[in-house]
Amino acid sequence: MIGLETVGFVFLATLALASATVVVFHKSPIISALALAFNLVAIAGFYLLLNAQFLALLQVIVYAGAIMVLILFVIMLLSIQSEGGLHRSGRIHSVLAPLIALGCAVALGVAVFRGSADGRFAVSSADFGTVRSIGTDLFTTFFYAFEAISLLLIVAMIGAVLLAKRRL
Amino acid sequence: MEPQWILVLSAVLFTMGAFGVLWNRGAITILMCVEIMLNSANLTFITFARQFDQAEGQIYAFFVMTLAAAEAAVGLAIVIALFRLRESTDVDELNLLKW
Repeated sequence: MIGLETVGFVFLATLALASATVVVFHKSPIISALALAFNLVAIAGFYLLLNAQFLALLQVIVYAGAIMVLILFVIMLLSIQSEGGLHRSGRIHSVLAPLIALGCAVALGVAVFRGSADGRFAVSSADFGTVRSIGTDLFTTFFYAFEAISLLLIVAMIGAVLLAKRRL
Repeated sequence: MEPQWILVLSAVLFTMGAFGVLWNRGAITILMCVEIMLNSANLTFITFARQFDQAEGQIYAFFVMTLAAAEAAVGLAIVIALFRLRESTDVDELNLLKW
């Protein structure tokens, strides 16, 4: 018996992998950016499957909304037609890049299959992942981290304005 | 659906992102591949949060998301500044600090 969750998993995994492939290999940054939007929405779907409703919402608003618009805006501002694929500087990149990626894949694969070989999902509590429970944690246990991250956002905003402004 | 499936998927996504960062030479494509890597790490955090029924994983994913927003803003500003200087987003041409 194939459950609804399995069907959702296969659909979302296919979408995520296909769109990630397009992002990595397509020459035109506009196509890459649109594929990245599909990837982000697929991952938001995974968050929904994993009882993280609030984060799924944030993923769509912050990533698929704000960050994607920013990236597309910059691509159109600079009117980039294509960002040619491989490095010109020589063959060393075309050897080293697959090798390092392969090493990364092996390390992660070992970690996954050693770490949680008999993993099962726990029965989650009723308010797991709701705005209420996340908000309570955020403003009690993680209060100082939350304030620090707001400071970081202000610094990043000022930095971005300073960098992109032609003349102060 | 078991946790390992999603962990394997996020490992594959992370590897693809890392490969994209190393393989491409367009600065904007590299930034997008970094976003894929950050997202796969977030997916792992949330899978473990669900597996062990602990909300901390979701909080960390929230912080990573905020960081990714800051990174995208500053990174794209740097790309704009570089484009003014060099008329291209090719990272091979950015060799001012090379001896």
